[in-house]
Amino acid sequence: MENIDIEKAPVISEKDKEKKGLKKWMCAKSSKFRSWWDDKRHKMDKWSRETPFRRKMWLNKTLYMMMIPYMVLFFLFTVVPVVMSFLLSFSYFNLLEAPRFIGWANYLALFLDDPIFITSIKNTLIIALITGPLGYLLSFVFAWLINELPNKLRAFITLVFYAPSISGSALAIWTLIFASDIYGYANSFLINWGLIREPITWLQDSAYILPIVIVVQLWMSLGVNFLTLIAGLKGVDRSQYEAGAVDGVKNRWQELWYITLPNMKPQLLFSAVLQISGSLGVGAITTALAGFPSVNYAGHTIVNHLQDYGTTRYEMGYASAIATLLFISAIILNKLIRKIIGRVGS
Amino acid sequence: MADNIKKLDAESKNSSGKLSNKELKNERKSARIDSRPFAEISSLKVQRRSKKRKRINRSIGGDLILFLFLALAGVLSALPLILTINNAFKPLDELFKFPPNIFVRNPTLANFSDLGVALSSSIVPFSRYLFNTILITIVGTVGHVIVASMCAYPLAKYKIPGGTFIFGLVIYSLMFPAAVTAIPNYIILNWLGMIDTYWALILPMVASSLGLFLMKQFMGQISTSYIESAKIDGAGDFKIFWKIVMPLVKPAWITLIILVFQSLWNANGAMYIYREDFKMVSYALSQIATAGPARQGTLAAVGLLMISVPIIMFIVSQSNMLETMAHSGIKE
Repeated sequence: MENIDIEKAPVISEKDKEKKGLKKWMCAKSSKFRSWWDDKRHKMDKWSRETPFRRKMWLNKTLYMMMIPYMVLFFLFTVVPVVMSFLLSFSYFNLLEAPRFIGWANYLALFLDDPIFITSIKNTLIIALITGPLGYLLSFVFAWLINELPNKLRAFITLVFYAPSISGSALAIWTLIFASDIYGYANSFLINWGLIREPITWLQDSAYILPIVIVVQLWMSLGVNFLTLIAGLKGVDRSQYEAGAVDGVKNRWQELWYITLPNMKPQLLFSAVLQISGSLGVGAITTALAGFPSVNYAGHTIVNHLQDYGTTRYEMGYASAIATLLFISAIILNKLIRKIIGRVGS
Repeated sequence: MADNIKKLDAESKNSSGKLSNKELKNERKSARIDSRPFAEISSLKVQRRSKKRKRINRSIGGDLILFLFLALAGVLSALPLILTINNAFKPLDELFKFPPNIFVRNPTLANFSDLGVALSSSIVPFSRYLFNTILITIVGTVGHVIVASMCAYPLAKYKIPGGTFIFGLVIYSLMFPAAVTAIPNYIILNWLGMIDTYWALILPMVASSLGLFLMKQFMGQISTSYIESAKIDGAGDFKIFWKIVMPLVKPAWITLIILVFQSLWNANGAMYIYREDFKMVSYALSQIATAGPARQGTLAAVGLLMISVPIIMFIVSQSNMLETMAHSGIKE
């Protein structure tokens, strides 16, 4: 191993290359193909030598080839859809006929003729304004507290807090807890303690649907962003705390504000981004808990409205207008949050 | 530090004389530790710091209040899961008891056998749903990890024209909920003729932006000298990526596997898949859920089965995972 001559190394690898993998298969398959391939390659090589830019592209061809599969899929399923939904939002499109340009009509209809959309905006805003910041705060507080625990306990507690967000299917337990008969856990405990006399129809009562959705969303909110924050806290250099103590940091709160938070700004940003897209995207939970559509549209969110027009009524232009609004508000919120987090620790 | 040095000295003195088996082992151990540069010193440093750390800026009263809060929140957070686990083993009379108890008194497996009966009576055998879910989860996860990291490597380590623009797009795509692209995705999948196939669930997942983001952030931390030395040794770009970069970022792709696995495992695909024999487990299970209160026990059994897989995966790889997320912040 130690005595490999660097000058000789490429020669050896050239020989090895000829015997291995794809080329070996090609040789065996047809020498004709191989000569054709070599010819093409030489031609490309010659062509690439004409300008430095081409040469650079040709030499890095493997890198570009590696990027192509993801780039194609990413453009096909993320970039193109966003552009498409923007364009479709100015049209009437029902999947059967070709889209027809109708200008701002969809947006006007959304805000002027669609009281359910206004309800859904209201619900989404309530859910997002409560679960967004609160979920983010909870993620951070728990991550911060967990970070001070001894190692083995920490692993266990992390699982306890993280498990709800894994458990997409365990949502069913909440419908059992808030079942409307006396066997539902919430009802039976309340009756048992003498707080209520008759069972409350939690998920069929428009007064209770939204609060329950918020509770469940908060319960599930310690997800990827929570893990990010834990990891960010782990990554803070311990010696900074000692230095801070020498420089006059007196208690854990000052330590948090002046040392911990500024040190984990990137993680704070990343988890804020995920939190925003998560809390604006609430929709599956309301469907699972309160049904679709929920009683009196009490739990109807923008995403529910989008699904309603997109997947049951097939009014794609209208649904695209909703999607575009959702996209724009997510981006604006993110810009705002990034500014706020930029000020942390100053 | 001095203590440890003394220990090492004592061991080295022993090695000159006669050695018992145990001492020989000890000596080997210490030799192994010695072979890693700075290993001793760094471990000593960590010890010293962690001892001191507890004393800095912490009061016992504050600790107590905060940890009581943590414990209370932990119980609240775990309660639904505890209920799920216990309900799965409760017989029917205990499920509908008034007042209910949280913990199971007479555990049975009746719910699981009921689940078996319920599933065997459906038109499409349950094994088919399970096969669909496992296939989609595995192909989607492996595909996403490989494709996304293949794209992340050039972006992280080379100056690709338009590279920062592409990465900016990826960051933006993290910012909005997936519902925004759902309808155009349906139209595109329809054009490609992929509705009612496994690809309808796999391809959008492979194209998700979380993987590229994570892998790129992590690959950016790798020292370029690894790549340069591999190049001098005659390795091609793909070989460097596969044999050198990927092993170095193992924690990153383990994290990614867990995150993608989890979301595919819970996906129900009702929007893109309409054929019954192509549907996923979570869809079949949600159908069971609609059958009403008589199926409560079965439902709990189902819930337990469904969450146990991702939770076990999480436990197995937790330590690797948290390490990754620290590198994944957005840098400006």
